[in-house]
Amino acid sequence: MTKKMLAYIDHFHGKAQPSSWEGLGLAAEISKDLGGETVALVLGDSVNELANIAFHYGADQVLLADNPILKDFRPEPLADMIVQAAREYQPDLIIFPTTSRGRTLAGMVAVDLDSGVMVDVIALDWAGGEITATRPIYGGKLLAKLTCSTTPQIITLRTRAFDKPVPDPSRSGSVTTLDVGIDPAGVATSIASHEEKDGGVSLNDASVIVSGGRGVALNPALEPPGDLDEEAAEIWKAEQGFALVQGLADVLGAAVGASRAAVDAKYIEYDHQVGQTGKVVSPDLYFACGVSGAIQHLAGMRSSKVIVAINKDPDAPIFNFARFGLVGDMHTILPPLTEALREYLAG
Amino acid sequence: MRKEGNSVKIIVCVKQVPDTAATMTVDNGAISWGDAPLIINPWDEFAVEAALKLATEQGGEVIALCLGKEGETEAIKHALAMGADSAVMVSDPALKGADNVAASKVLAAAIQKIGDTDLVLFGQQSVDTDTGLLPVQTARLLKWPSLTLVSKFESVNPEDGKIRVLRSMEEAGQVVDSALPAVVSVTKDYGDPRYPSFMGIRKASKAEFPTWSLADLGIDTPASSISWPDVAETVQKEIVTEIIEGETPDQKAKSLVEKLIAEKVL
Repeated sequence: MTKKMLAYIDHFHGKAQPSSWEGLGLAAEISKDLGGETVALVLGDSVNELANIAFHYGADQVLLADNPILKDFRPEPLADMIVQAAREYQPDLIIFPTTSRGRTLAGMVAVDLDSGVMVDVIALDWAGGEITATRPIYGGKLLAKLTCSTTPQIITLRTRAFDKPVPDPSRSGSVTTLDVGIDPAGVATSIASHEEKDGGVSLNDASVIVSGGRGVALNPALEPPGDLDEEAAEIWKAEQGFALVQGLADVLGAAVGASRAAVDAKYIEYDHQVGQTGKVVSPDLYFACGVSGAIQHLAGMRSSKVIVAINKDPDAPIFNFARFGLVGDMHTILPPLTEALREYLAG
Repeated sequence: MRKEGNSVKIIVCVKQVPDTAATMTVDNGAISWGDAPLIINPWDEFAVEAALKLATEQGGEVIALCLGKEGETEAIKHALAMGADSAVMVSDPALKGADNVAASKVLAAAIQKIGDTDLVLFGQQSVDTDTGLLPVQTARLLKWPSLTLVSKFESVNPEDGKIRVLRSMEEAGQVVDSALPAVVSVTKDYGDPRYPSFMGIRKASKAEFPTWSLADLGIDTPASSISWPDVAETVQKEIVTEIIEGETPDQKAKSLVEKLIAEKVL
């Protein structure tokens, strides 16, 4: 019997989260191995273009619901549509990206479909058609292998753990339109407004990240303005330190991260925190500047491909996880490093 | 008892976990954290803080609810010490190996047994299994709206049955109007949780709370789909750390750039 793989395409107002394509790529790979069919599920308002892109990334078929009621992220109607699609199409496996929305929707549809979710999967084995998922638990200190005894099996994929397929613009396929029978009066939520973010590169799918720790506030050469009290002076120093971090990030097109210590000290907003109680990231290149490498932080970034540690304490634990270590003050190293990289990248 | 005005009845779900700094080991398939302390799931502290603040601002009560093995009371005690009015523990040997859907069925039944609730708060996930599924699955079972990753309560109005919150997504924040009752997961962005006071700790140490079994909840053992045939310690990939030498910061910076070029990561 043909195996059916359904990949949910997570997006915000028509702009896909890149990890959605990683899920679709994985679905296509499994289908190829097991002789199955790869189907993308696209739900939203004015999302026809997303359906086209889904073919480029490997979908054989797209299930599409394009309706104003699905415009904003409201979990209940979206989950209802996914459940409806799953009942009509009967997939063996449903793949979501582990985004904020993907995690929410996966959990909800598992309840309706009497199945379970394997969350934040970093490796998948489907030999002989039996799916076994591997996922980190306890902040990545342990790895668990999971199986799901019910159909459909549902997984969410950790961002950047699976390869993003190379899009093929010549690919196309058939679009199946889903009936949208949602009663607007029956939806208990409405979206009043959206609040823009600061516009920097998003940590979630960044290929390069530059992070700052407590060390950002420890530049001995800086003299804060005299009218600041001790706490305000520390924040002022931290802002100067993070400006250096940002400068390096800008040159590399990188996202800015931070340790919990830096966030708890109010040096930078929580949105930037990398670690067990922040974001879990796995970029190709990770700069840890003035970050000691507490176990909390390591939980969020140790799967990075290449880690560069810049710290004036040669005994800082971060050096044990770094491919390259620079013992020294980040405040004196970051400016020439930023300049050298700018020159190199300018060719 | 009929509630007064806009007072809120809030259930906050908490979980006991090993300290995040614990060294985790696996021996014959059994997970161990050695003699590391057991704590309230750090994410749950933000939910407890939010519940206490709402109940203080507009009157009401906060009930801590914990699903766990017998004796796993650290999270409940911490919530009580922070200021929760009462607590309920749910524990049953039949729940060994329960997956998230099964656990959320038990929580939903407990929430219904407590009854007459306006809001159920959760931390955004737990630091042990890190699934973040319980808030949305519990909400789905109760047929209440799921409001996940909330950093701000703009207004909570039980009289009109309405709530407005700020949710966070990758691309933007979202101001959501929703009906009550609702299930909310609270992020760290909400604000720092209070430390338990000395009096609070004393009160919590003497507090008595019921432990409900599945029979008390009137439900059968819920089925689980997910099993964990294998758990192992993460093997750290072999890293050879190369310390970049140089007389001056400038030399070190140039040398690092050369190494990064050679490593093909630029």
